Amino acid sequence: MRHKDHFKTAVYQTPFHPRTSFDLTPMTKHRITGKDALPFLNRLITRDIAKIKPGRVGYCVWCDDNGQVIDDGTVFHLREGDYRLCSQERQLDWLTRSAHGFDVKIVEDTHEVAALALQGPTSCAVLKAIGCTGAEKLKPFDIAYFPFADGELMVSRTGFTGDLGYELWIDPARALELWDALFDKGGNHGIRPMGTHALEVARIEAGFIQAQVDFLPADQAIRIDRSRSPFELDLGRLVDFSKPNFNGRRALLEERRRGSRYRLVRLDIEGNKPARSAYIYDSKRNVVGTVTSAEWSPSAKSNIALASMHMPWGRPGDELWAEIYYQRELKWSRVMARCRVVEGAFFDPPRRRATPAADF
Amino acid sequence: MTNYDAIVVGAGHNGLTNAAYLARAGLKVLVLERMPWIGGAAVSREIEKGWMYSNCSYVCSLLRPELFRDLELARHGLQVVPYGGGVTITRTGDVLGNYTDEDVQRREFARHNPRDGDAYHRYSTDVIRQCKFIRPLLLRTPPDPTSFKPRDIRELIYLGREFTKFGEQFIYDTLRFYTMSIADFLGEYFESDLIKAHLSGSGIIGSAMGVYSPGTAYVLLHHYMGDVDGSIGAWGFARGGMGAVSNAIASAYKSFGGEIVTDAPVERVIVRNGRVAGVATANGNEYRAKIVVSNLDPKRTFTKLFDEGDLNPEFVKRARNFKIRGSSGKLNIALDGLPEFPALGRDNPLRFGDIHFLDSLEKMERAYDDWKNGTWSKEPYLDLLIPSMTDPTMTPPGKHFMSVFVQYVPPKIHGRDWTDQDRDGFKNTVLDQIGRYSPNFKSLIRHVEVRTPRELEDEVGLTEGNIFQGELTMDQLLFNRPFPGYAQYRGPVKGFYMCGSGTHPGGGVMAAPGANAAREILLDLKRPSLVPEGWQDD
Ligand SMILES: Cc1cc2nc3c(=O)[nH]c(=O)nc-3n(C[C@H](O)[C@H](O)[C@H](O)COP(=O)(O)OP(=O)(O)OC[C@H]3O[C@@H](n4cnc5c(N)ncnc54)[C@H](O)[C@@H]3O)c2cc1C
Repeated sequence: MRHKDHFKTAVYQTPFHPRTSFDLTPMTKHRITGKDALPFLNRLITRDIAKIKPGRVGYCVWCDDNGQVIDDGTVFHLREGDYRLCSQERQLDWLTRSAHGFDVKIVEDTHEVAALALQGPTSCAVLKAIGCTGAEKLKPFDIAYFPFADGELMVSRTGFTGDLGYELWIDPARALELWDALFDKGGNHGIRPMGTHALEVARIEAGFIQAQVDFLPADQAIRIDRSRSPFELDLGRLVDFSKPNFNGRRALLEERRRGSRYRLVRLDIEGNKPARSAYIYDSKRNVVGTVTSAEWSPSAKSNIALASMHMPWGRPGDELWAEIYYQRELKWSRVMARCRVVEGAFFDPPRRRATPAADF
Repeated sequence: MTNYDAIVVGAGHNGLTNAAYLARAGLKVLVLERMPWIGGAAVSREIEKGWMYSNCSYVCSLLRPELFRDLELARHGLQVVPYGGGVTITRTGDVLGNYTDEDVQRREFARHNPRDGDAYHRYSTDVIRQCKFIRPLLLRTPPDPTSFKPRDIRELIYLGREFTKFGEQFIYDTLRFYTMSIADFLGEYFESDLIKAHLSGSGIIGSAMGVYSPGTAYVLLHHYMGDVDGSIGAWGFARGGMGAVSNAIASAYKSFGGEIVTDAPVERVIVRNGRVAGVATANGNEYRAKIVVSNLDPKRTFTKLFDEGDLNPEFVKRARNFKIRGSSGKLNIALDGLPEFPALGRDNPLRFGDIHFLDSLEKMERAYDDWKNGTWSKEPYLDLLIPSMTDPTMTPPGKHFMSVFVQYVPPKIHGRDWTDQDRDGFKNTVLDQIGRYSPNFKSLIRHVEVRTPRELEDEVGLTEGNIFQGELTMDQLLFNRPFPGYAQYRGPVKGFYMCGSGTHPGGGVMAAPGANAAREILLDLKRPSLVPEGWQDD
């Protein structure tokens, strides 16, 4: 994909400032039920799933025995003991193998649920416009059910952007009706479909990582040093050692003792040329890391990137340089750009968390 | 009588590769071939007028790209065209296809078993890891683990380092992988019997082993470790049939000044004062050289070309006991049109690849049971291809060539030699099986060339018709191939070398054994090695 640079800001800013919808149907979904659903998930996932009450959603990662991340995703506690696990990569094989000894039922129902992301400042207003009365009361990571047509619409205040946003879940038979309702009633609120590139910009602004881009799923790594642990992806907060047992616990304890090999950082890079796939150098021109994702951020008006750094580099204040190649009218040029390690998301408006949610 | 620097016995593709490098290094080289044609098991011959057959080997993937490039085989007329597709058709008309797009492949597996669809990823990751490990070893001489020569120690350290690249677990996995059965290996990933059967074929092709026999997982790797243009595990057709590979290598060899004499069966290697002095052919000619290289399988080399009294008894025992069992046969069929497979419907792209008629691992094992009982399989495993759909040079327009590799076919029938009647019985078994899945097939047959182990041994010189010049099992691989202590291409007599598929890295149209042997010969002659190193991949 190659765009004329000066249009980029304009094109990508429009879609998500008003509010946007993105088709999530292809995302892999698993329904996990049965007596042992909770102990199973607690064994699978590094964080404490017991803390995710019915009607709540949690972001999580799961690891192999070596403490390397297989994938990240979200656990939906739909109703007491009834869970949905969503991820980018396909997991039925791993979930089934991890379920030995648990009384659980695992069904991949990716194609039995239609899902749509509705993200942006006016997203709550659109929801209310289609009849989701009280949607503004949903706190981040809440789930609620609303009557829709002659069925039920599930709404979660979740998303892959750093803005106010929701994900809508419905029986595929009613999906078109939902789409039409959103676009009928949402017109005044500026609803527009969003493409993958816009989503890519939004998720990097939020600082979210993506499988196959910022990390290689451990079960797909051919070479030993290509996978990453949760600590190496800046997701140490999702590892709960107070749980007596979960996949990868022993290896992760060992890693905490011995130290990690890598660190994931957010970089603000001088200039305006996206540092895609750039090498990161220290002041002595040694390669100390690589950029995994990079975009111009229309929201923060910054040149942002996620990078995987060799330890110990990537501390705030480290002198780092990105080697950026860029093309103008078929001519390639190279710049060395200074990088600053940023803590937290690049774009994190208060409306993202405010409850009740505002109309715009 | 003429003097040469080196004589290569046999114009198989490995003999030709070996000769090409020796000639390129400036040696005066002679290749002596028993048949009126060259190529051994990599040969194309016009049997039915207008039809070019790939008489033995029929598809190409293992041929080392480093050698393809270095010998400029494209300039010498070789083109390898990758093919897609490939399908298993069951008795009930169900199909399981191969697709190059990963997502489509997953969906196809998931259609038969949802979990297996996801497991396919893990399976290919693990197999590719094994491929990545073995591929750089193909163009290296195996180290002798008992030697303290600096070169062997260096190579052992290299091996160790390669292991660590993939992690500790990989050492366990590899030892298991090299010794387990293909059925057990597939069982670690898949539930569907059809999926397992579909994938298991590569584990038994060319081997006198069944899907439940230990060691067959490695045989699968042997069929996956090649590539076409970097796409690991992909296979292609050599335009003009597999003989095009041998012809291109022969052309490169001749461009370096090499000589080939056909219709010249070597009867004896002349040994004088404990070192080779030349060879004598059946038609009474003698050729002198201080270096003689055999392209024949190790058993034939040492039990037929040598006076066993010139060799020590321990060595003779190893040569006689070398495991080289015939298990395969082949039908080459000239067709007047394209057969239809109703299970595939019209114009299904899957039919451009390998077609199998299978249902379960059980059926594969039953086919092997027949072999053990001394007869060809009543429900054989077929690897069926129609290369003329991809390569128009093989047949007249509108006509087709079908290559049918068959397993299992024993070297003897109930302990006695094959008769022509047995051969016809075998032929009909195979034609009947195909006919059950393709109603118009039999009416299109114009000519059938049948190769049982008897024909393979008579025409190619492969002992028992074993296609790899020796079983690919752990006891005969790497530094054990062909025999422990003799894996570095040197024979038991000074000046004598081996360069056929019976040496590391084994069978298939790979050209690596021939090139590796040339490297060792040039080393002994203290000449610079011209043989390229394998490409490394971090
Ligand atoms: C039926 C069949 C199907 C196969 N399918 C495939 C395939 O699809 N893909 C693949 O990669 N591999 C395949 N193989 C394996 C592959 O073809 C062989 O491993 C490979 O061609 C062997 O090459 P080589 O040069 O080592 O030996 P050979 O090809 O065996 O060459 C030995 C040569 O020595 C000659 N010779 C024998 N005795 C004498 C003598 N006394 N004097 C002089 N010359 C002599 C022979 O005539 C022959 O030309 C197949 C093999 C067979 C038999």
